[in-house]
Amino acid sequence: MTILSYLKALNRALTDEMERDPTVCVFGEDVRAAVTNVTAGLAKRFGTERVLDMPISEQAFTGVATGAALSGQRPLIEYQIPALLFLAFEQIANQAHKFSLMTGGQARVPVTYLVPSSGSRDGWAGQHSDHPYSMFAHVGVKTAVPATPTDAYGLLVTALRDDDPVVVFAPAGAMGRREDVDLARLAPIPLGTGRIHRPGADVTVVAVGHLVHLALDVAGELADTISVEVFDPRTLHPFDWQGLAASLDRTGRLVVIDDSNRSCGIAGEILATAAEQMHLLAPPKRVTRPDGAVLPFAEALDRALQPTHEQVRTAIQSVAKAGGFR
Amino acid sequence: MADSAALYRTVRLIRRFEERAVELVRSGAIFGGVHPYTGQEAIAAGTCAALRADDVITSTHRGHGHVLAKGADPARMMAELAGRATGLNQGRGGSMHAADFGVGILGANAIVGAAAPIATGAAWAARRAGSDRVSLTYFGDGAVSQGVVLETFNLAALWRAPVVFVCENNGFATTTRVADAVAGSITGRAEAFGIPAVRVDGMDAELVLAAADEAVARARRGDGPTLLECVTYRFDAHHTWEHTARPRYRSAEEVSLGRVRDPLDIQGARVPSGVRAEIDAEIEDLLDSAVRFALDSPHPDPATALDHLYADGTRVRAGVA
Repeated sequence: MTILSYLKALNRALTDEMERDPTVCVFGEDVRAAVTNVTAGLAKRFGTERVLDMPISEQAFTGVATGAALSGQRPLIEYQIPALLFLAFEQIANQAHKFSLMTGGQARVPVTYLVPSSGSRDGWAGQHSDHPYSMFAHVGVKTAVPATPTDAYGLLVTALRDDDPVVVFAPAGAMGRREDVDLARLAPIPLGTGRIHRPGADVTVVAVGHLVHLALDVAGELADTISVEVFDPRTLHPFDWQGLAASLDRTGRLVVIDDSNRSCGIAGEILATAAEQMHLLAPPKRVTRPDGAVLPFAEALDRALQPTHEQVRTAIQSVAKAGGFR
Repeated sequence: MADSAALYRTVRLIRRFEERAVELVRSGAIFGGVHPYTGQEAIAAGTCAALRADDVITSTHRGHGHVLAKGADPARMMAELAGRATGLNQGRGGSMHAADFGVGILGANAIVGAAAPIATGAAWAARRAGSDRVSLTYFGDGAVSQGVVLETFNLAALWRAPVVFVCENNGFATTTRVADAVAGSITGRAEAFGIPAVRVDGMDAELVLAAADEAVARARRGDGPTLLECVTYRFDAHHTWEHTARPRYRSAEEVSLGRVRDPLDIQGARVPSGVRAEIDAEIEDLLDSAVRFALDSPHPDPATALDHLYADGTRVRAGVA
């Protein structure tokens, strides 16, 4: 067994795929020097024809990746900060994503957009702390938010092999995770398959990305009184609705933890779908960022707008004892 | 006629402010780190000396120098870096968003190139309001390949907007050299839109001031924008994160060569040593009290984390119900 860090898992997935498939190439800012460390060693190993440092021109290099993908390459773009997705949004949502349908299926756009350290990274303030994964699920771009090193490896490999654009968010809050793994057993993970990290009988907690670890901590603390099932959807679009329905068949109670802004965030979609189609014994709850949140700089303010341990604990306790729909 | 002592004072203030800020990052008093401006001080000092108090600037992620040179209170700036309620932005902005509208600082900006159109809009509005106020916007060499900057050049030139574009060419966009990122030239980009462009020694505050005086006068008399490409060298890290991560993109030898021409020494040599010593002592006192003020100030109350989200105080739903 080997200790695998989340960061190393991303690096390994990319290295393995570049080794296996010569069409996989990397575009990004400072990817040769590997300032995020995700691309460490790649320029040396695969050459600067395949690992390209880009000028600060996100719209342009995102569109260039689309063109390269239409012509047989499989680019991965690394965005150093989540807000760069806003700059490139037109090129992803309105170009790359739409080519397949608009061309009557002539086009394939196999581009992977990777955001290492998405969400708050402690003290980077309003323009560097967003977690816009719900936005991509909303427009329909395939969206993965792995929580663990194994899932980071498996989902990044799948994204690179997928024939559609896929955005992979690697939350800052998960980047430091480490796991004891058998490297030979690392494998691609299909999009749209959730993972039950902890089985339980009383309440299903759906947690996105790094919040899986928060959910597991709270579930452990409450173990004597409430049996919590922790369900990690792993990809938000496509979403493992069957897996969630099966979990709610067992528990009938739902709490969702999501680092998105509340209004139109993925937690709202999960609650709505569960309410429409699934077995619920009590009104569900979600713990999110506030509506339209902008993260302030100061540490206490930054923390105050992200889901907290206490909020999650209280939400689970309250859903567990709710007597059912009135 | 340049006031050499005043320019020296600004350069010295910024240099020592940055050194104190880096110390506070190391001690943990500043959360999240900073992008040090060390080595580039002559640009902020020279350009801001050409501005009136009512002129406005926009700044960058490496913006402490601009903010101080334009006249923000160093104590409230330091408090902002430390995330305190007494900071320029009440602890909401931090290093990359420091703003003080009272002295014409429309904000540092964390997105490369994003402030150029903002400054141009302010310039357009000033003219519309009948004012001869000028906007000056800073960006780095990394920004010159951002579409928004080139689109802004077009608008500013079309409208003959009273704006001065200041490109601080410090040689690197994080780790990427200008030669690896910029086709053609920086001045050529502006010239393509009919904007006069000048390459200036960004290590010499008086040369920067002379060029900025001309550009500001041109803008003020309604003759439109100018680009100043100020050539400089970043002495310290892209961000203090580099002090521990140590990415390899320039050698120690290269950095020491880059530091040979130091804007502090160049300007200092023009000031009598007695005057220089007085200024140095005054700045140490000023920064001692700024640091003390910052660290003695209260942290903001978490219950106020959503204050100012909307101008009219609209309250939004919390993250839990």
